[in-house]
Amino acid sequence: MSEESGIDVYRRRFLSGAAKVAAGMVVAPGVIVHEVSQARPADQPVTDAVRWGMLIDSNKCAEGCNDCVQACNDEHGLTGHDRPATDAQWIRKVTIRDKQTGHTQTLPLLCQHCEHPPCVDVCPTGASFKRSDGIVLVDKHICIGCRYCMMACPYKARSFIHEDLQDQLPHSPRGKGTVESCNFCVHRVDTGRTPACVEACTNEHHDAMLFGDLNDSNSAISQALEQYSSRQIRADLQLNTGVRYRGI
Amino acid sequence: MKPIDYREIDGGLPFYSLVAAIGVFVLAALGAAFYMEHNGHWVTGMSNQIVWGTPHVFAVFLIVAASGALNVASISSVFGKSMYKPLARLSGLLAITLLVGGLAVLVLDLGHPDRLIVAMTYYNFKSIFAWNIILYTGFMAVVAIYLWMMMERKMNRFTKVAGIAAFLWRLILTTGTGSIFGFLVARQAYDAAIMAPMFIIMSFSFGLAIFILVLMGLYRWSQRPLGDTVLMRLKNLLGVFIAAVLYFVTAYHLTNLYGTENLGVERFILLDGGIYTQLFWIVQIGIGSLLPLLLIYGPTGKSRLWIGIACLLTIVGGLAQIYVIIIGGQAYPMELFPGKEVTSSFFDGIVAEYSPSLPEFILGIGGVALALAATVVGTRVLRFLPESLADDQVDPHHAAS
Repeated sequence: MSEESGIDVYRRRFLSGAAKVAAGMVVAPGVIVHEVSQARPADQPVTDAVRWGMLIDSNKCAEGCNDCVQACNDEHGLTGHDRPATDAQWIRKVTIRDKQTGHTQTLPLLCQHCEHPPCVDVCPTGASFKRSDGIVLVDKHICIGCRYCMMACPYKARSFIHEDLQDQLPHSPRGKGTVESCNFCVHRVDTGRTPACVEACTNEHHDAMLFGDLNDSNSAISQALEQYSSRQIRADLQLNTGVRYRGI
Repeated sequence: MKPIDYREIDGGLPFYSLVAAIGVFVLAALGAAFYMEHNGHWVTGMSNQIVWGTPHVFAVFLIVAASGALNVASISSVFGKSMYKPLARLSGLLAITLLVGGLAVLVLDLGHPDRLIVAMTYYNFKSIFAWNIILYTGFMAVVAIYLWMMMERKMNRFTKVAGIAAFLWRLILTTGTGSIFGFLVARQAYDAAIMAPMFIIMSFSFGLAIFILVLMGLYRWSQRPLGDTVLMRLKNLLGVFIAAVLYFVTAYHLTNLYGTENLGVERFILLDGGIYTQLFWIVQIGIGSLLPLLLIYGPTGKSRLWIGIACLLTIVGGLAQIYVIIIGGQAYPMELFPGKEVTSSFFDGIVAEYSPSLPEFILGIGGVALALAATVVGTRVLRFLPESLADDQVDPHHAAS
């Protein structure tokens, strides 16, 4: 009897586990669809019901791979002038090596879309601002080009436009004499798509970048953040960054 | 003490020649600013690493010196030292003109100088920069009113009130300027409360050095008598201010040196930072602080020539100090990953390179020229300068002694 009951227990566990997997398989695409379907209708204001965020897994970030950077440059028309010191970079690959152990890692670094962004604090005109959904942006019309935000950003995430621009893309307007940085591909996010860097990383099957709503506990990013430990760069500043990292 | 007789400086060819000579530098600066704005900032030494360059060194220096130049007037009106009273008008004038010179440089270096009206109409009150826009323009208004109280006989009774207002305003203003750096949490060299008081004491020193030089220059040029009594008082005061700046610099570095996390940036500035280390020890500390102290308090302290040189060296040392703070502070890489070496295509983890370009330098010098030109024109059109600052005019005890 007791043996029979043991089998029952085993069976029950198996069945319930299988049911969970099945449910997951059915629901997971739904979650993804749900995330995509969060596209905000154009006539609706941005609200803080959503907070966009990104999780970057440096263990999956391939050394020498530059796909996210290239995708960003293509998406926003960031063509350089072979002048690395003044050319704009919204996302860059950073290699870090532990001084003590020699352990080396690579990861993409971009605007961290802080909850308390120092760039927004210091901007005299309010050109640097944070949208209700957590995306930090620059209003190119009222940026006076003082670069105080570049002094204030702990992540060196911002670039100043040092020269005239040609062939600008309509969805990503830029301006000589103003400051710019990663905008989480706000034009894509507002239409239910993911940022270009994330898409490129996924398309190449690296899957090192995950984008989604931090406020939605069912989103893939929230679940991953709950499951695994992650950290913020310069967490000591308590900026509550929207971009989190695994494996560093 | 005899009543002070103020008079405009003489016009004519020498005056116009002087203004024209200074004006050439102002025009050159306008040309340089146009060149930089037209081509974009890539033609300068500035980059995405060193975002504030030589123009900012000059601009911050002039703005800091402007509030310090008002000290002489404050000593007269607020602290009631009658000996400084004849100098108070020039002190107020210099405070305004130096500020105008500094602000002009700052504005002309903006990515969008054409959007000055935006800066004046859109305010983010969490930004110390936004507050400074109000503090700077307000300072000019307060000092202008203060000058009016001093210069209009009917208003003289309000001089003290206006003087106190201007004195308090200048303390707040320089606190705001120092806090531009003090409030920056991101960078190792900044993020320190001592920045605000250090900038105030720097303003005392730089402002007085400029004041003494301009005073000596204008009196020599206009051939008016300038007695030793005034000059000796002023140069002794300058010595005290130079020493006080040294004290603050020492306290700042000692505090940083105590915390291990700041050893990197301290090592960079004090030991192996190349040009920044040289500027710090040789120019700021050596020939910009210790040498002037020696000249002021040594046997050379009675010579006008050496007093003038001491003032000039103080100014050079001050420029070096601000260069080290602004550019050295940016050149040292930000600690994104403590304990790790960082490399990237965006100059992470390495000391940023910067060499001042000619247009930047010309723009900065143009700010100084604008301040001087405005001062000279000011003394021509209004009665800022006493006819005589001879000892028997300024020292009530001179005849008796």
